[in-house]
Amino acid sequence: MTLDEIFVLIGGILLIALVAWYFWFSSSEGTRVQSGTGGLQEALIKVKGGYSPNVIVVDAGKPVRLNFLREETAACSEQVIFPDFGKQATLTPHKTISVEFIPDTPGEYEFQCAMGMLRGKLIVE
Amino acid sequence: MAKDVVCGMEVDNDSPYQSTYKDKTFKFCSENCKTKFDENPEKYVARHQDSPATYQITTNGIEKIQLPIVDMHCASCATTIEKELRKLPGIKKAVVNGATENAYVEYEGSEVSVSKIIDSIKKSGYRTGYAKLRLHISGMHCNSCVSQIEEELEGTSGILSASIDLGTEAALVKYIPSKVDYPALKNIIERMGYQVSEISHKYDENGSDTQNTAEGNQGSSDPVDENEQARNREYKSLMWKFIFSAVISIPVMIFSYPDFLGLPDQFQRGTDLLYWIWFSMGVVTLPVMFWAGSHFYTGAWAAFKNRSANMHTLIAVGITAAWLYSTVAVLFPEIFPNEALAEVFYDVTAVVVALVNLGLALEIKAKGRSSEAIKKLMGLQAKTARVVRDGKEQDIPVEEVVLDDIIVVRPGEKIPVDGEIVEGSSAIDESMITGESIPVEKHKGDEVIGATINKTGSFKFQATKVGKDTALAQIVQMVEEAQSSKTPIQRVVDKVSGYFVPAVIILAIAAFVVWYLIGPAPALIYALVVAVTVLIIACPCALGLATPISLMVGVGKGAENGILIRSGEALETAQKLDTIVLDKTGTITEGQPKLTDIVTANGFSEDEILNMSASVERASEHPLGEAIIKGAEERELTLLNPINFNAVPGHGVEAEVDGRKVLLGNVKMMRDNGIDTGNLLDQSTKLADEGKTPMFVAIGGKAAGIVAVADTVKTDSKEAIAQLKNMGLEVVMITGDNQRTADAIARQVGVDRVMAEVLPEDKALNVQKLQNEGKRVAMVGDGINDAPALAQADIGLAIGTGTDVAIEASDITLIKGSLKGVVLAIQLSKATMRNIKQNLFGAFAYNTAGLPVAAGLLYPFFGILLSPLIAAAAMAFSSVTVVTNANRLRKFQPKFSKANK
Repeated sequence: MTLDEIFVLIGGILLIALVAWYFWFSSSEGTRVQSGTGGLQEALIKVKGGYSPNVIVVDAGKPVRLNFLREETAACSEQVIFPDFGKQATLTPHKTISVEFIPDTPGEYEFQCAMGMLRGKLIVE
Repeated sequence: MAKDVVCGMEVDNDSPYQSTYKDKTFKFCSENCKTKFDENPEKYVARHQDSPATYQITTNGIEKIQLPIVDMHCASCATTIEKELRKLPGIKKAVVNGATENAYVEYEGSEVSVSKIIDSIKKSGYRTGYAKLRLHISGMHCNSCVSQIEEELEGTSGILSASIDLGTEAALVKYIPSKVDYPALKNIIERMGYQVSEISHKYDENGSDTQNTAEGNQGSSDPVDENEQARNREYKSLMWKFIFSAVISIPVMIFSYPDFLGLPDQFQRGTDLLYWIWFSMGVVTLPVMFWAGSHFYTGAWAAFKNRSANMHTLIAVGITAAWLYSTVAVLFPEIFPNEALAEVFYDVTAVVVALVNLGLALEIKAKGRSSEAIKKLMGLQAKTARVVRDGKEQDIPVEEVVLDDIIVVRPGEKIPVDGEIVEGSSAIDESMITGESIPVEKHKGDEVIGATINKTGSFKFQATKVGKDTALAQIVQMVEEAQSSKTPIQRVVDKVSGYFVPAVIILAIAAFVVWYLIGPAPALIYALVVAVTVLIIACPCALGLATPISLMVGVGKGAENGILIRSGEALETAQKLDTIVLDKTGTITEGQPKLTDIVTANGFSEDEILNMSASVERASEHPLGEAIIKGAEERELTLLNPINFNAVPGHGVEAEVDGRKVLLGNVKMMRDNGIDTGNLLDQSTKLADEGKTPMFVAIGGKAAGIVAVADTVKTDSKEAIAQLKNMGLEVVMITGDNQRTADAIARQVGVDRVMAEVLPEDKALNVQKLQNEGKRVAMVGDGINDAPALAQADIGLAIGTGTDVAIEASDITLIKGSLKGVVLAIQLSKATMRNIKQNLFGAFAYNTAGLPVAAGLLYPFFGILLSPLIAAAAMAFSSVTVVTNANRLRKFQPKFSKANK
C-alpha cells in the first residue's frame, strides 16, 4: 500500500466516524420554552432549510403555541406537521403562523415538513 | 421580535426606533411610527394591551377561552363579571384579571356557548370581543386626513380603535359587530369625502386574530391565496434557475468531453484554447452554484447546524466536490501525478443543479394538484349572508352571522351557515358536502348545511351553527387532521429516513476509499465520480413523500365523496377488514317507520281506512301514528278531527271520527271489542313475518282492514351489502329488534348472519365477540347510540346525522346516510394503500437498487458505471414520479357508479 492509499484509507475511516458521530450520536441541546401569563408556553421557530431551534422543551399539561416564521420560499418547508397531535399548518412565507395544542403526556414528539426532510422535536416533560 | 404598537408590524429587538413610556420600551418599524407614538403614547399603549382572545378545547371536553374585556376601570369590575359568569350553567372556572383586562373562562362546551358567555359579560355591563375590518381608503392626501378619519371613527360608538396607514391607504378598524357594521363604517368615511372599499375582513366572535393561527387558515380564502401565490413565485423562480443553469450546462457539457464528441483539434486536450475554455467554465458555473443552487447550500447549512442532513446536504456536497476537483485540475494540473487525472467535472455541477431545480419545480406543480380537494372545500364557504335584523334584510359578511340569526336564501344562492328552516321549502344541492348528486327536498324544520346550494325555492332559516362549528369547518378540520396524521407504515419509513442521508454520505466516502484503493486507473477520477454519483442519486425526498402525498390525495378524495377519514391509521386498517357489522335501525333502514301496506276487508276502501286511522292518530303522539298520518298526507287525504280519543296501553287507540267509532290496535283489542277479524289474522301474520308492524282497523264495529307500518330499508342497502359480500367481507346485522323482524329485514337485504335482541349497551360486547373469533371488525352505526360499539370495533364508521360530522367515536364518518359509503370507504382505503405501497416500493427499490449501482457494484461484473448526470436526472424525477403516481388517485372512481351508469 502506498502512502497516499494509506492516507485515503485512514482519512476515509475518520470521516465516516465523524459523520456518524455528528449526525447520530451527538445531540443538540433543546430550547426550553418559558411560559408566560396564563400558562401559555410560546416559542418562535424560524424555518429556513430547517427549524431553529429544532428541539423544544415544554411542560406537559400547559398550552403550547409555536410561532413559525418561514424565511424562505423553498417548497420543502411549506407545511409543518405534528403527527402526534394531528396538527398541521401551511406556513405562508415571511409571516408568523402559530400552531397551538396542549401536550398532555410527557414524551418526545417529532414535528416535520410534509416530506419529512426537515425535522424537529418537541420534548414534553 | 417585538411588535410595533403603532402599525402592528413585527420589528427586530434591535430596531433603531425606540421610545420609553412608563418604564417600558417600545420598538418601531420607522421614524414615522415613532413620531406618532411620541405624540400620543397613551393611545397606543392602551391598544397594545388589549390582547386578542385565545380559544382552546381540551380533550376532556372542557373548553377554555380568554376574552379581552373592554372598559374595565376598577378591581371590583372583575368580581362583578366573575359573579355574572358563574351564574351560567356549565362554567367550571371564571377568573377576570383586572390588570390584563382579560377574562379566563373554562366551561363545558355542551352546556354553554361562547356567545352566552359574551352575553353574560355584556349583562354585567362590560364589552368583549371585537371584529377587525381592513378597509382601503382612497382620496387621503395628508396626515391630517388620517387623524381626522381616525378620530371620527374612534368617536363612533361601537368602534374600539381605528388606525390608518397613509402609505398603503389601508385602515384597520376594530369594532363590535352588534353595534356597528361595514355599511355604517363606510358611511362615516364616505361622509367625510373619501372613498372606501373593503380589502378583507376577519371576524371572530372572541376578537382573536385567527388569521395567524393554523386553525384560522381554514375557512378564509386569504392565506390560501397567499400560499398559492408563494408557491407560484417559487415555481417561477425555480424555472428561471433551471433555464439559467440549463443554458450554461450545454456549452459546459460540450467542452467537458472534447474527445468523446469529436471536436476539432484546436479544442482538444492540452491546447491553450481548451484550457481557457475550462477556466471560463469554472467561472460561469459559479453563479450556477451560488445563485441557481443557493438553496442547496442554505438548506444544507441550516440542517447541518441542527445536526441533521437532507437532500440539500447531498446535492451541496456532490456539486461542491465536483467543482472543487475541476478547479484544482484547471489551476494546478501539475499536482496530479498523472496528466489524465487533471479532468474537469463542471458539467456535473451545472447539470445537477439544472435537473434538480426542474424536478423541484415540477414537484411543486404536481403537489398543488394533490391538495386540490382541501382547497376546494375551503373555497366552498359563502362570503355573505342575507340576514333579517330589525325587520330588514341586509347583506353581511358570513363571519358576522351569529347564532339564531334568521337568514333568507333565494333560489340559486349558497346557504351561508348551518341551520334549520323556519319558513318555506326548497330543493337543495348538497353534493359538495355529502357527495349525493340528487338535490334533497327540505321543508320547515329540516336541517340545512352551510355551503350547499339552494336550487328551487326561497326559504328562511335560523342559524344553528356558525364559524368553526359549521359542518364545513369541521370537515375541513377533520380532513386536515387526517392528512397530517401518519399511517403505521409511515412510522417505519420515518425510522429509516432518519438514518438515510448520513448513511448515504458514509456510503459515498466508503465507495471513494474502495475505488481509490482497488479501483482501476485513474483511481482518483473513478473514486470521485463514484462518490459524487452516490451522493446525487440518493433521493430521501421520494421516500419521505411516498406516504403522505398519497394519504393527502386519498383523504381529500374521500371528503369529495362525503367520506371523512379520521386518520391514516383508519385508512390502513379499513382495507384489512374481515367482518362488517351493520346496525339495523338508521343504517340499513331509514330509521323512521313508514306506512307500507293497507289491507281492506268488508268493502272498505283503502283511502277510507287510511283516512279514519290517520284521523284517530292525530290525537296520539306515537311514532307509528306519525307514519300513518304522513302516509295519509302523501295521498292528499283531508283528515278529520277525532273526538273522545282514548289510548288503551298495550292494545291500541280508539276515537270517534265523523260520528263513527274507530278502533286501531292489535288483535287483542279487536277481540275485546267483539270484532271478528276473519281472514285478516293470516294477513297480519304474513306482514309481521316481513318485519312489519300490522294494526287492525275497525270502523263502526266492523273490521275494516289492516294498516302496516315498517321501518323501510334504504333503497341502496341491498346493493351495498351485495357489494360488500363481493369484496369478500362477512356482513353481520345487529339490532335490538326481535328475531322475527330482524330475520325479515336480513332476508330482504341479503344479510346471512343476524344478531337480534341485542340491548344497545351490549352491542360493543357483540363486536368484541366477533373480534375474539380472530376477525378484524368494522362497525357501522349512528354516532350516538352505537358509540361504544363504534369505539370497540377496529374501525367505527358513523353514519352522519345532518351537520354533526365530527363524531368522536368514529374512525370514518359517512356524511351521506347511504351504506354505499361503506363500500366506497373500503374501496378508497384499498386504492390509497395500494398507491402508498407502489410509491414506497418505487422509492425503496429506486434507492436500494440505485445506490449500489452508483457505488459501482456492477462494474467488476458487467462494467456498468452510472454517470453522475444520469444519477441527477433519476434523482430529480423520482419524487416527481411519486407525486404523479399519487395524483392518479384523484381519478379514483367508486366501482358502483360505473355499474349504475
